[in-house]
Amino acid sequence: MNPPVSNATETDVLLEARGITKAFPGVRALEDVQITVRRGRVNALLGENGAGKSTMMNILAGVFPPDAGEIFLAGRPVRFASPSAAQQAGISIIFQELNLVPHLSIAENIFLGREPRNAVGLLDYARMNRDTRALLTELELDADPRTPVARLRVGAQQVVEIARAVSFRSRVVIMDEPTSAITEHEVAVLFRLIRQLKARGTGIVYITHKLDELEEIADDITVFRDGRLIATRPFADTTRDEMVRLMVGRDLTDLFPKTSTTAGNEMLRVRNISLRHPERAGDFVVHDVSFSVRRGEVLGLFGLMGAGRTELLQTIFGLHPRAATGEIWIEGQPVCIRSPRAAIDAGLALAPEDRKGDGLVLMHSVVENTTLACLEKISRCGLLRPALECDLVSRYVERLHVRTPTLHQAVRHLSGGNQQKVVLAKWLATEPKILLLDEPMRGIDINAKKEIYALVDELAHNGLAVVMVSSELPEILAIADRILVLAEGRVTAEFARGAATEETILQAALPGGRN
Amino acid sequence: MNRKTLIEQLARFQSFLALALMVIALSLASNNFLTVDNTMNVLRQISINLCLSLGMTLVILSGGIDLSVGSVLALAGAVAAGLLKNGLALPRFNLLVQFTVPGAIVTGIAVGLALGSFNGLAVTRFKLPPFVATLGMLSIARGLTMLWTGGFPVTGLGDDFGRLGTGHALGIPMPVWISAALVALFIVVTRRTRFGRHLYAVGGNERAATLSGLAVPRIKLMVYTLGGGLAAVAGLLVTARLDSATPNAGLGYELDSIAAVVIGGTSLSGGRGSILGTVLGCLIIGILNNGLFLLDVSPFWQQVVKGFVILAAVAVDKASKAER
Repeated sequence: MNPPVSNATETDVLLEARGITKAFPGVRALEDVQITVRRGRVNALLGENGAGKSTMMNILAGVFPPDAGEIFLAGRPVRFASPSAAQQAGISIIFQELNLVPHLSIAENIFLGREPRNAVGLLDYARMNRDTRALLTELELDADPRTPVARLRVGAQQVVEIARAVSFRSRVVIMDEPTSAITEHEVAVLFRLIRQLKARGTGIVYITHKLDELEEIADDITVFRDGRLIATRPFADTTRDEMVRLMVGRDLTDLFPKTSTTAGNEMLRVRNISLRHPERAGDFVVHDVSFSVRRGEVLGLFGLMGAGRTELLQTIFGLHPRAATGEIWIEGQPVCIRSPRAAIDAGLALAPEDRKGDGLVLMHSVVENTTLACLEKISRCGLLRPALECDLVSRYVERLHVRTPTLHQAVRHLSGGNQQKVVLAKWLATEPKILLLDEPMRGIDINAKKEIYALVDELAHNGLAVVMVSSELPEILAIADRILVLAEGRVTAEFARGAATEETILQAALPGGRN
Repeated sequence: MNRKTLIEQLARFQSFLALALMVIALSLASNNFLTVDNTMNVLRQISINLCLSLGMTLVILSGGIDLSVGSVLALAGAVAAGLLKNGLALPRFNLLVQFTVPGAIVTGIAVGLALGSFNGLAVTRFKLPPFVATLGMLSIARGLTMLWTGGFPVTGLGDDFGRLGTGHALGIPMPVWISAALVALFIVVTRRTRFGRHLYAVGGNERAATLSGLAVPRIKLMVYTLGGGLAAVAGLLVTARLDSATPNAGLGYELDSIAAVVIGGTSLSGGRGSILGTVLGCLIIGILNNGLFLLDVSPFWQQVVKGFVILAAVAVDKASKAER
């Protein structure tokens, strides 16, 4: 059923990228990598976060051009100026982040940019809705094509995204972690669809972390690590352990050694935290969550996309005073946190998930960003004291090893890892008691990850309580003293360090597991 | 790196270079340009726009816009003039409150602050886009000016008040002193105070500012209030200089003020810019108007030229930033 790659003839190659190199300011994202997509085969692209998978996919999809390298489509060199050019050439893509317009209907989203028109040139809604209904039936999603996608749950939105990509009838479909937010049943439907696409001769690039999925669909695997191609070979010839070794390249516990710390007094306790859904009345994004963290402890919060991890941290940090309920104690004292200011005053700090959108003022300097949350420390009667400010900032820049030409460099010119360090510097400068970290290692290179890991470890060792959200299982297993799993806004499991495996955590994180 | 810094330096000084070139060109083209009288004249003329533009800079830095400054200028001037001349009649109490010059000035500024805070509340509490909120105020304040004056100019305000606009100290016109003092004040405010830093952060990334614990609504309210107050100061200066508060005063001034801010290199999307840039912007517009007038260019052409200067300034600014 899975003929080895070597037997495939050259005419089977639908898409080939060779010598692809891409650098971003401060980061070499891809270096001389290649990938081949063959007719009727699934090539699973594997690698850790930051390995360059998404960059590769964006290049194939025409989101941005490579710095060097060539792409051949059916043997002819191509250069895509835009995603729509790639789409017209027959490459469609399912992005990991949802790219739907929330207030348009399912049908409008699926046909966005290529809406069928009737004789007079007006939108042909009847046809759009009919075709959409057929697609949704094929994908077993029970929804009216006229429903605005904002009203769908995240998993259903992901299915719409899949429907959209499939509807192009493309020769090549790229799927970037399509199962990250969907239910088991939806995964089964997706896999059936993938087999149909294969039978039709479509070539598929399937990006995933979940090695268990490969058994069902993969024909070949391609492994990236730190922006380089590590291996490409038939799936059947590779054991699971080999794949992990290829992806990681080293033992994660060696990379992230943990200092053992005995947890001290309870620093933060939250009870029955709930957050109402902004649009669906009676529904909750965070539902009755209770937990506590001790001094010196790192609590890992794991959950799939849409599990309410980010919203939980935001709620604790006072960002949703109107929609949230629940009680919070800090060092045993009940506190009322109805704004980020109150949260900061109570000793909390939140390094948000979206570094560029929420964490930094990109056009402003390292100095200005670092002191933004603690200006009262460097001012007297409202007047800033530049000497004091520079002192404070250089202290944190040194301690966190922020690599920047000067303190007055705009943070937008720094690499992702250094930007993240500036975010952390900003929060450490407020001298918090409890540090809430939302995906602190997302999108940064392996060395910065190592440094940030070591920093979190050191901070905990020095008596901070840390709550860290991560969607990377190896990361969370390495760093956390205790792991709390969220699914659909609720806590579904709690594991002590060492008691959890990737499988047990994932099991608890899958939505619908409770029903 | 060297090339980059050079371009950055040039970008920083581009409005200064433009200004220097204009001054050189005009002093060659006209004998009347580089004289003490004309210089004082230009400075006095721009002091009005400068007051408005200081407020506008704060508002734009915070990521907003204020279209109402021209109308607020008119109402504040008219209220001060009306109170000074006629006092405030309170028929219900059978009372006529007379106003001294300082009293009228304070009330005029208070009117500006009040209208500005109304803008601020519309933006923060009622979440109106600044463009819409201040567009409403543009109409409201103009209408109130008409109601207050009955559509007629208020004239004959006395020498004491007039000195505010026409007086001199050390050979320099009073409006120039006043606007210079405000410039100095707001340079300190924007560069050296917590409020200034907050302002830039709110304009640069409002969500990051909120998450950093900044009281974003309060900062915005403050910004619009200051904008209204500074417009009122401009209104008092205009009124004093002309010895008359006309209901049409300040018509269209918001555009000159936005132009000055933009020419000065402040980003319309907020978070980047400076008071000093705005001063240069005001000088460029003022000298351009004056120079074209001295060169006998028709006022209609002046408008056209000014428009192109705005486009050129922003285009150069954008190009120099894309370079980085």
